[in-house]
Amino acid sequence: MTVEPPGVRGQDTEQTGGSTTSAPLDVAAIRADFPILQRTVRDGRDLVYLDSGATSQRPRQVLDAERSFLENSNAAVHRGAHQLAEEATDAYEGARAKVARFVGVNTNEIVFTKNATEGVNLVAYAMSNAATSGPEAERFRLAPGDEIVVSEMEHHANLVPWQQLCERTGATLRWFGVTDEGRLDLSELDTLVHERTKVVAVTQQSNVLGTVNPLDSIVRRAHEVGALVVLDACQSVPHGPVDFGALGVDFAVFSGHKMLGPSGIGVLYGRHELLRAMPPFLTGGSMIELVHIDRSTFAEPPQRFEAGVPMTSQVVGLGAAVDYLSVVGMERVAKHEHQLVERALRELSAVDGVRIIGPTDTEDRGGAVSFVIDGIHPHDASQVMDDRGVEVRVGHHCAWPLHRRMGVPATIRASFFLYNELDEVTALADAVREAQRFFAVTPTAG
Amino acid sequence: MQLEQMYQEIILDHYRNPHRHGLREPFDAESFQVNPTCGDEVTLRVHLTGTGTEATVEDVSYSGQGCSISQAATSVLTDLVVGRPLQEALDKQAAFTELMEGRGQVEPDEDVLEDGVAFAGVAKYPMRVKCALLGWMAFRDAVSRVVDEVGAS
Repeated sequence: MTVEPPGVRGQDTEQTGGSTTSAPLDVAAIRADFPILQRTVRDGRDLVYLDSGATSQRPRQVLDAERSFLENSNAAVHRGAHQLAEEATDAYEGARAKVARFVGVNTNEIVFTKNATEGVNLVAYAMSNAATSGPEAERFRLAPGDEIVVSEMEHHANLVPWQQLCERTGATLRWFGVTDEGRLDLSELDTLVHERTKVVAVTQQSNVLGTVNPLDSIVRRAHEVGALVVLDACQSVPHGPVDFGALGVDFAVFSGHKMLGPSGIGVLYGRHELLRAMPPFLTGGSMIELVHIDRSTFAEPPQRFEAGVPMTSQVVGLGAAVDYLSVVGMERVAKHEHQLVERALRELSAVDGVRIIGPTDTEDRGGAVSFVIDGIHPHDASQVMDDRGVEVRVGHHCAWPLHRRMGVPATIRASFFLYNELDEVTALADAVREAQRFFAVTPTAG
Repeated sequence: MQLEQMYQEIILDHYRNPHRHGLREPFDAESFQVNPTCGDEVTLRVHLTGTGTEATVEDVSYSGQGCSISQAATSVLTDLVVGRPLQEALDKQAAFTELMEGRGQVEPDEDVLEDGVAFAGVAKYPMRVKCALLGWMAFRDAVSRVVDEVGAS
């Protein structure tokens, strides 16, 4: 399959993931790869897309890869012996290898799911199913008295499945608190995570606060007591170098559509030893070893966890997204976003009546900046901002308990990616001031 | 600019000075409604006199948190229904719902909806229609708890 190499024009294309080059991104060249960024919104306004935390836009290289696959090699993977089946399977498995390299793990440790949410559910339901599986699944079993630890800053996707698992098994849910500054409160790590803790499920980077969590101490403590660490990496993998192997987590999930890839494709990483012992979640075609009329045995991972005909062009598209990001270099992406966040914190803090919800310094902080404006509901503010072409997210961002903790019903969130320009941060701050003017709450207007 | 069409002065007035705000006694039924996509919520109480659809809406009281559209729409609701026969109030609820779900294509009847016609511009923004209907859904739900003939939606 021939796909135009993710040639980010004007970039040093010899660099790959984990690039150490310090050359700044050529954002104009990157933007030229994203057709949607050329459009206007609301009566001719330039689009200022600051909602990549919800979903990112896709470069031509990803769209072309999907189209090229469908025009040339489309077939059901892992079935049939004809040439198209062979090519499709190669494309699918080739993308798995790329994704694995991108996050520092082995190819057979990557499971494709519909999205990250399904990845968390896969683990949670496999743990339920462990109750009726053989002795190899012992470590996944939960019973009354066992505990699952989450955090108050989790996205609903890494919270509700664990609540439900507790309901099904009688286990108890506990959680790390969040400080007023929006940092994870680990002061009670050793008492919260103890011998009866079976799972610690936390996010690497908050989708609301931008906080990057200190995983070292969490992983160390969890493994001390034999608990499994499940990492929500949806907001980290797209925005900087991530190595699950080095982090030492047991499972991790992330989604394709937040990292320049297609929607309908998510990734579950699981340490191979664990995937081998874990019972399946969904069962049916593709995931079996032997099927008799009254019983079946299951394939080795990752196939054991990919029942049915999988997403194929989406996986190919995700592979192209990984290529694109690797050519740019994740160190450079992270550095660029760091500049955007630094500027956003500075410019928004300079607006009277704006309060940042989350860390106000750039240390251990990623590219989501949430805030509230005195006297204006986030919904109303975003309507005025949208009228100027500034597209941000408002609401609780699927993190309702976190918003309760921070004492706000909703926030405005600007989130950045490699294609955002520093000027767009200024457009954001200007739009906030415009909202204050519109609703006549400008503090100086008296 | 479409923004001014959406945020009519009437809406902003109701938002800044909401009518009949607060929860009051006596009441016959209470409804709690939430917009799960944004977290906006309203608790609304209905007090009726008389029985069935022959009843009269004696009082509507409410509290909640939300954007200007949801707060103003609930304030307007109380103006439209308090002191009116229940059937007339339900007819207004149907007319307001039709307006909001009309994508800007429905011509509102000012005789029926009074200040409610100001929300015609909101109907052009599909993501905000739910905001405008939150209080009205609570009203319908609360009434349905008292009057058997009225369904919840």
